[in-house]
Amino acid sequence: MSWERIPGFVSVKEALGETTVTIETAWILDACEHARGEGFSFLADIVATDYLGWGDRGVSGYIGTAGGRDLNHPMTQGYQKLPESKPKRFSLSYHLLAMRQPPVRVRLQCWLDEDEPVQSVVSVWPTADWHEREQFDMMGIRFEGHPNLARLLMPDDWDGHPLRKDYPLGGEPVRFSEAE
Amino acid sequence: MTIAPERGSRSMRDWPVVFPPPYQGSRIPKRVPTILDVPAELLATGDVMQINFGPNHPSTHGVLRLIVDLDGEQVVGLNAVIGYLHTGFEKTMEHKTWWKCVTYPERIDYVGYQNAELVFVLAVEKLLELETPEKAIWMRTLLCELNRIHSHLVFLGTSALELGAISMFWYCFRERETILDLYEMVAGARMHTRYFQIGGLAEDIPAGFFPECRKFVEWMPRALDDYLALLDRNAIWLERTKGVGVLSAEDAIALGQSGPNLRASGVDWDLRRDQPYLAYDQVDFRVPCYRNGDVYDRYRVRMDEMAESVRIVDQCLRRLERLEGTPWIADDRKVVLPPREELHTSMESLIHHFKIVTEGFRVPEGEVYAAIESPRGESGCYLVSDGGPKPWRVHFRAPSFVALEATATCMHDALVADLIAIVGSLDAVMGDTDR
Repeated sequence: MSWERIPGFVSVKEALGETTVTIETAWILDACEHARGEGFSFLADIVATDYLGWGDRGVSGYIGTAGGRDLNHPMTQGYQKLPESKPKRFSLSYHLLAMRQPPVRVRLQCWLDEDEPVQSVVSVWPTADWHEREQFDMMGIRFEGHPNLARLLMPDDWDGHPLRKDYPLGGEPVRFSEAE
Repeated sequence: MTIAPERGSRSMRDWPVVFPPPYQGSRIPKRVPTILDVPAELLATGDVMQINFGPNHPSTHGVLRLIVDLDGEQVVGLNAVIGYLHTGFEKTMEHKTWWKCVTYPERIDYVGYQNAELVFVLAVEKLLELETPEKAIWMRTLLCELNRIHSHLVFLGTSALELGAISMFWYCFRERETILDLYEMVAGARMHTRYFQIGGLAEDIPAGFFPECRKFVEWMPRALDDYLALLDRNAIWLERTKGVGVLSAEDAIALGQSGPNLRASGVDWDLRRDQPYLAYDQVDFRVPCYRNGDVYDRYRVRMDEMAESVRIVDQCLRRLERLEGTPWIADDRKVVLPPREELHTSMESLIHHFKIVTEGFRVPEGEVYAAIESPRGESGCYLVSDGGPKPWRVHFRAPSFVALEATATCMHDALVADLIAIVGSLDAVMGDTDR
């Protein structure tokens, strides 16, 4: 199918045998509806990635990085080259599958700033319900129009979104530790 | 056994849905697709009682919590609550080197462990564009099929146990034990083997594995006949599974169902055949497909799949016996640990070993999504690498997670006793669901 006809089309990239179609964030619902009409009836996954700090991991390597040398981790060697910069903080990927022969897989991707909402696709694929709730829970992506955007894996009263890069590993407060 | 007709004999438009739906229209709840709401007029009568199943109920296959609204024995409302086994695997893996990450996926789906490990390893190999030797490909296929049998046996044993057929549990776990013994022989561990490495296998196949595995291949069809004899004409089993928890093909696809749950609903779709990986394009097997989408059909699909898996294992064995003496792991010293004995004599090997273990190998920048047909359906792994020694982002498309999204739809017209059968038939592993 011609990817250019998808509403909100920005660019298409082929890498490692996979197709990534970048979509204007505001058009994602229309893009998904269009894709569903083109036979992508199966939504495999919705996944958000946080690119905060992308490219400035500690380095003492061959080529300098934006973050410079990490004195705390002198053993780590640096990147051979700087990774490609990303347009915004979060990427949101929709992995679609067209069940035909041969099967076609495509990744629709849009980019989000912190606190930038995106339209929910639950109306297109009901399975998006939990996938979107999970990404809301873990990454703090707000899906507008989702019928029940509550936390899914973490407790309802949890603070923060654990898979964000600024959320520390072991960030769970120790309960009942003192003054009990 | 109902086998779907050959592909290509009908228009591509109809395929992969091969049977007419068991009901017309959609049963997916309108407001929230995963929550069955109590009708307002029923709620007004005041007869509806809300009951909490789980998270530690013995019939919930782990820590699943179901908030159920009952009108007498009728289930009129349902909300599945998950997350009680959330362990933060994805976050932890971001802080480990690629090499150390391999142990984690197995602990996510702890029943289909070998397949879970495979999907991660395949995704990393895709990023590295690394070729694996033929022996590794065939051995992976073999172990994944053994694991599929293992997983279906656990499903069969526990589902039957929940519906009162306790002897099934003992029989299934007897064969499961044999499979675990085979795993122990190969990898030294009964579960969570870490036998698949990035690039191939951890070690060569041990002497004595082939005859033991062949014994199992010869025994297993007889065991399957036993199971059928025990269950398939058992009036209670039939009464409690037939026509219960029905899911149409269209609803199943809309809800993202995959694997046996999808094939029980009349969708002839199996990634092993339709998007082949490993050696699946070189083995002969059939894809069982049933039409009613009820609990009984989900059980039948898994029974038939076990028989097909035995056939695949048999073919893999024949092939592997001819591959004796060939390498089992790729010869890429930047990624693969050097052989142990070389460390005593070769400086380069020692350096490579040290580098891989301490700081890990680097994986080229990029993002991939690898998908395989795990015992529970499409298991996917999404990876982002920034070119460093640790993954930037790891995400798993967990088939159990998706399967539980269908509980509300399947619960149409169900009694409280059916609830147990339905949740069991979706075969969700809570570790996989919550990750």
